[in-house]
Amino acid sequence: MTDLTTLEADVLAQVAAAGDLAALDAVRVAALGKTGSISGLLKTLGSMSPEERKERGAAINVLRDRVQTALNDKKAALEAAALDARLASETLDLTLPAPHRRRGSVHPTMQTMDEMIAIFAEMGFAVAEGPDIEDDFHNFTALNFPPKHPAREMHDTFFFNTKEDGERMLLRTHTSPVQVRTMVSQKPPIRIIAPGRTYRVDNDATHTPVFHQVEGLVIDKGIHMGHLKWTLETFLARFFETDVVTTQFRPHHFPFTEPSAEMDVQCDRSGGEIKIGQGTSWLEILGCGMVHPNVLRACGIDPDEYQGFAFGMGVDRLGMLKYGMPDLRDMWASDSRWLSHYGFSAFAAPNAASGLS
Amino acid sequence: MKFTLSWLKDHLDTEASATDVVAAMTMAGLEVEHVTDPASKLAAFTVAKIVEAVQHPNADRLRVCQVDTVDGRKEIVCGAPNARPGLTTVYAPIGAYVPGLGVTLVEKPVRGVVSNGMLCSGSELEADDGSEGILELSNDLAVGTPAATALGLEAVIDFEVTPNRPDWLGVAGIARDLAAAGVGKLNDLSIAPVPGTFPCPISIKVDGEACPVFAGRLIKGVKNGPSPKWLQDRLKAIGLRPINALVDVTNLISYDRARPLHVYDVAKLVGTTIEARLGRGKAEVTPGDQPSPAEHHDEQLIALDGKTYDITPEMCVIADADGNRPIGLGGVMGGESTGCSDDTIDVFIESAWFEPIRIAQTGRATGIASDAQYRFARTVDTGSVVPGLELATKLILELCGGQPSDIVVAGEAPAPPGPILFDPAYVGQLSGLEIAPERSLKILTDLGFTIEPPKDVSATAFAVSAESVVCVTPPTFRRDVEGKADLVEEVARIAGYGELPSTALPEVPRAVGGVLTAKQARARTARRALAAAGYAEALTYSFTSRKTAELFGGGQDELVLANPIASELDCMRPSLLPNLIDAAGRNARQGFPDVALFEIGPVFFGDRPQDQKTAIAAILAPHAPRGWDKAKAEDVFTVKGALLALLEEIGAPVASLQTAQGSASPWWHPGRSARLQLGPKAVLAEFGEIHPAVLKALDVAGPVYGFEITLEAVPEPKKKAIKSRPAFSPSPLMPLTRDFAFVADKAKAAGDLVKAAAGADKALIDAVRVFDVYEGPGVPDGSKSVALEVVVQPRDKTLTEAEIEALSAKIVAAVEKAGGKLRG
Repeated sequence: MTDLTTLEADVLAQVAAAGDLAALDAVRVAALGKTGSISGLLKTLGSMSPEERKERGAAINVLRDRVQTALNDKKAALEAAALDARLASETLDLTLPAPHRRRGSVHPTMQTMDEMIAIFAEMGFAVAEGPDIEDDFHNFTALNFPPKHPAREMHDTFFFNTKEDGERMLLRTHTSPVQVRTMVSQKPPIRIIAPGRTYRVDNDATHTPVFHQVEGLVIDKGIHMGHLKWTLETFLARFFETDVVTTQFRPHHFPFTEPSAEMDVQCDRSGGEIKIGQGTSWLEILGCGMVHPNVLRACGIDPDEYQGFAFGMGVDRLGMLKYGMPDLRDMWASDSRWLSHYGFSAFAAPNAASGLS
Repeated sequence: MKFTLSWLKDHLDTEASATDVVAAMTMAGLEVEHVTDPASKLAAFTVAKIVEAVQHPNADRLRVCQVDTVDGRKEIVCGAPNARPGLTTVYAPIGAYVPGLGVTLVEKPVRGVVSNGMLCSGSELEADDGSEGILELSNDLAVGTPAATALGLEAVIDFEVTPNRPDWLGVAGIARDLAAAGVGKLNDLSIAPVPGTFPCPISIKVDGEACPVFAGRLIKGVKNGPSPKWLQDRLKAIGLRPINALVDVTNLISYDRARPLHVYDVAKLVGTTIEARLGRGKAEVTPGDQPSPAEHHDEQLIALDGKTYDITPEMCVIADADGNRPIGLGGVMGGESTGCSDDTIDVFIESAWFEPIRIAQTGRATGIASDAQYRFARTVDTGSVVPGLELATKLILELCGGQPSDIVVAGEAPAPPGPILFDPAYVGQLSGLEIAPERSLKILTDLGFTIEPPKDVSATAFAVSAESVVCVTPPTFRRDVEGKADLVEEVARIAGYGELPSTALPEVPRAVGGVLTAKQARARTARRALAAAGYAEALTYSFTSRKTAELFGGGQDELVLANPIASELDCMRPSLLPNLIDAAGRNARQGFPDVALFEIGPVFFGDRPQDQKTAIAAILAPHAPRGWDKAKAEDVFTVKGALLALLEEIGAPVASLQTAQGSASPWWHPGRSARLQLGPKAVLAEFGEIHPAVLKALDVAGPVYGFEITLEAVPEPKKKAIKSRPAFSPSPLMPLTRDFAFVADKAKAAGDLVKAAAGADKALIDAVRVFDVYEGPGVPDGSKSVALEVVVQPRDKTLTEAEIEALSAKIVAAVEKAGGKLRG
């Protein structure tokens, strides 16, 4: 048996000494391979007597198993060490920056417009649109501006050159022409908003030559000023997303509505910025009224059968108020820093579940 | 329009404060812009008396005064020569802000003597009395009286008048509305006629067109000169300059009754007839503040402002000398030649009525915005022609004496407004107000409307419910009221808009699939998709310069503005790109050259509604920070990727799109741009690198990449009745890939080879990808090698090696036909 003990000690010593997988495999082949030392011993069993074979065989098998186990253990240990070494060599400096990526944004005016559309959609308003280049009929005459009336002058209209046939196109000064187009083409009941670009010859901190309006129009039987008041109160309360929004209705004059009103919102102007929902000042925020009978008639609607209201508000201006942007001109400057500062996430689409912005 | 509280109280019996009046005006529809209240500005200043004034020990021109003030006796150093014992003047304590000096008083020694306050001059209080030295007030005033009270300064209310309410351009009109709103009782506004004592020696002629009605009278033997203090104070308080009594009377009545008048010095008139007629000049005009052209107009007027105005046939001229000498622009401004001066002895007063539109146009053409022009352009009370003249007569006789002639009137005032049939129930129907009919009618009566029973109800639309219907006639000063809706507004604003109910809109069924049109919904998706892709949304004006528009295929005559805000913004844009490129340039000049911007907005190809399209455009001016990772620089393929992803997101048929290289518009780099199209007539978008020459013209450093989609050109997917999608049926078989390398002419589009390979077997080939493009050794000069990976998806059985070989042969044959030779 001594030979087996010696062999075992010898092989196990070789296993322990193997420095890498290749050396270990050489040990395995030398011991357990076809011509290996242990395989050689097994081959000697055939020439033995059964008793001798039984005893000797068992001993050799024990030896083989021990060697095999030792080989397996050593292999696992060598593999683990190899992996550790590889991982150590693969270390990266993760303080290096990730690839450059630009963060896009939605313009605050368009976010504001989306918010308005979301609120009015919930109230059952459809969205109507019309051209920016309009004719005199849709922008003025149908809206009860008498020809040459001073009220037209107050609109600071952009005009195109008069054509040979006398026609002079203009840039719409409000989105009311869309109301006219809707009333002409659609029978009551009507419940629409008209968002879009509007134009006036004006340029300072609170006026830009191009700006956005959302106008609303509701025509049906029995619609009165109380409905108008509720609609706007409800809209403003939802729009400003603060706990308290206090508003007041004040008489005003517009050629296309009768009675006409302006709506003010209570705010705090101390400290140079305007805070809605606080304070004691009033800030004019929109114009509105009951659609003038002359406008209904001009659009082919009988004012003795149908009546309704219209309102209009400046999207840029309401966005300014809500989000604290001080100068309207910045909204058109396309300064990438401004856009990133005041812009909105692509995923901030207004909805009733998560809020408007 | 400005007025003072005391002026208002001439017509309104009320105890209301300025604050009360402002609140009531606001709720009646008068938008108060500004209240200047000297009482608050001068709150710190009070009346004081000098007890002793001795020479300053160290200064010749200074005096040390002992002054009795509201704060007790104070020692004050004063430099005014009139600082003397017994003088009643105004004292400012330490800490007071002196508006006329713009300083806050601090306690400091003046040449060694501490002054405990300041004695004030009129100019230091911004109440200039024209005198030098400190104020000299009446000795009756008690020490401590507020300076504003002592000086008779009062609050001035400045408000905006909407164009429908010319009656608010007179203080009496405001008083009437405030009385109706319950702020006080309206005093009698009626005017007693002043009988003439001799026939008027001057006759008046009107042609009925230039001036419908003209009334006048002569007052002889007046003594003109400065008007009395009360009248001067009243005019000065609202910012008018007193001139002389005769002119001041006309200004007073203009602001008191919204009735402009004019006075002529009779000694300066030529002839005995005053005529109102249309101008005889040419049609063009030169504003008064610019030199007249060399070629003179047939008629001109040197007006009271000293400027010379050209007269056109659209203007109303007042003329004497048998109608040959213009002496005024009717309703706008009088002429210098016949103006009243201190020497005037006989005066002729004009009280006329002019067409608002003619006056508005004359105002625009001449640039004159006088008080008279402002009022006539907004419609003066047609009933005030003779009463206004009587009121002027009364005041002139009181202030200047003299003898009035009879009144002469030529022409006829426009007919008064007609009656409106009105059912008070309509107030509730239109406004939602719950208000008793009697209250509605009372409000209308208070506002000067006449209520009568209808004369012939059967002839009206109200025949059925005639019970409550009345006939409401607006007063002559309310020509803006034309129908029953106007009457509802009158009732509602006086009852108060605060009383309006808040009534929920009736619920209506919501539109299936949302309220947006397909186009609106796509624009919305595009906005969010581009923002998610790293582009910042910009908004730019709908204009550009005509020159720039022409670079981008626009600039048509009908899209050029007649009155642009600036010459570089004079044309409607044909593309969103120029404004975005311009923005990139602006950002670069500010030190931020790396921009990725997009805009979704209107572009214009003509002035008809259908010529306006919605474009979606993005630009990329890549100046990303240098990276340590040596990543490939962004280029035209970056925007191609964003464009295709966006088109897919908005539902465009991306798989069917052709990339037509070299056919994009001329503002793109000819070799680095393409159209995406379904066919030559169905171009969805263009993309590429912006042409360097265009960038140079816009003064922007390149390269700039971009794309522009015409939203209307992107076909909308068919609307389906139900939202369910086709069943999901993935192949159970593994896809396999085969690689090929083809040699093709260098100019050959890789896309053609890909298309040919993909078309070799549409059933089996799922995708064809280019994984290498190579030029150089091993490939003939003028050629390139394009390596394709073909993804094969077996459908119902695994492919045998022979079948795969056959498919490969088909692919090679198809690509060879398209110009690619299998690389050996």
